[in-house]
Amino acid sequence: MIAVGDQAPDFTLRDQDGEKVSLSDYKRRKVMLVFYPGDFSPVCGDQLSIYQEVKPEITEKGVELVGISCDSFFAHKAFQEKLGIDTTLLSDFEPKGEVSRAYGSYLDAPLGFSNRTLVLVDEDGKVAWTHESPNPGEFPGANVIFDALS
Amino acid sequence: MADLGSAAIPPVGPDDHVCGKGGEGIVVYADLGCPHCAAEWPRLREHPGQLVFRHFPVASKHPRSPALHAAAEAAGQQGCFFELVDSLYADRGRVDDPHLWERVEQLGLDLERFEADRRSDEAEARVRRDFQSGIRAGVTSTPGVFSLPAA
Repeated sequence: MIAVGDQAPDFTLRDQDGEKVSLSDYKRRKVMLVFYPGDFSPVCGDQLSIYQEVKPEITEKGVELVGISCDSFFAHKAFQEKLGIDTTLLSDFEPKGEVSRAYGSYLDAPLGFSNRTLVLVDEDGKVAWTHESPNPGEFPGANVIFDALS
Repeated sequence: MADLGSAAIPPVGPDDHVCGKGGEGIVVYADLGCPHCAAEWPRLREHPGQLVFRHFPVASKHPRSPALHAAAEAAGQQGCFFELVDSLYADRGRVDDPHLWERVEQLGLDLERFEADRRSDEAEARVRRDFQSGIRAGVTSTPGVFSLPAA
């Protein structure tokens, strides 16, 4: 897992609409990166749905919420529509998991997907806080995000 | 702005929706649009002690949920909160407005008052308050069940 205080590795990934998004696009704003194992898994769906319900309160705190997994952006689009959410979902698809690895949030083979982790990047592009779930089947409640932002 | 950081579930208050008494109590954070809650509800209803129902609508997953929770609040204003909850969980396929009116009439409630109450700011705020307390307590899926200490 990337360490608090490290410079957050910049990246450019495609969002659910195929548009390129870079971490540096969020300069001067805080970003909560939500690495998750995969679109359409029940736990990931619950996680992103719960976070969506409190997204206005997260935004009020000056934080952008961004999901990242190794799925294609086409899958992200379908997943976003299925869940009824508008959280930006970035595709760490090719090279597979490159960004997840850079953040220490990748589970190697035989799993081969992003681990369930949260990384808060501050206005200066530094890692301000991290959280790693004990296993990919558990996700932190939204209260954990608000604890980090308090 | 509401504080949504971690906190224990609030103690049972006078405006909580409570049925049963005695024994070990439970607090249930439930979503009226959730199929898992509907499947569990008959078993939860048989809980031998106090059962406290708290609203936890996840609108992105179940778009009709906010309206159903507001409707339950409105039924509660006329003393039939749990009766409407039972009815909604027993028949999940009929939850549009005409179906709600039909249920309300079957419960013998004042429909005009129900309509006003379910669309009120008070009902929305009441549902949101429960939801936020569930978020603070770390609810991540429904039904979320907590034990209450014995009285």
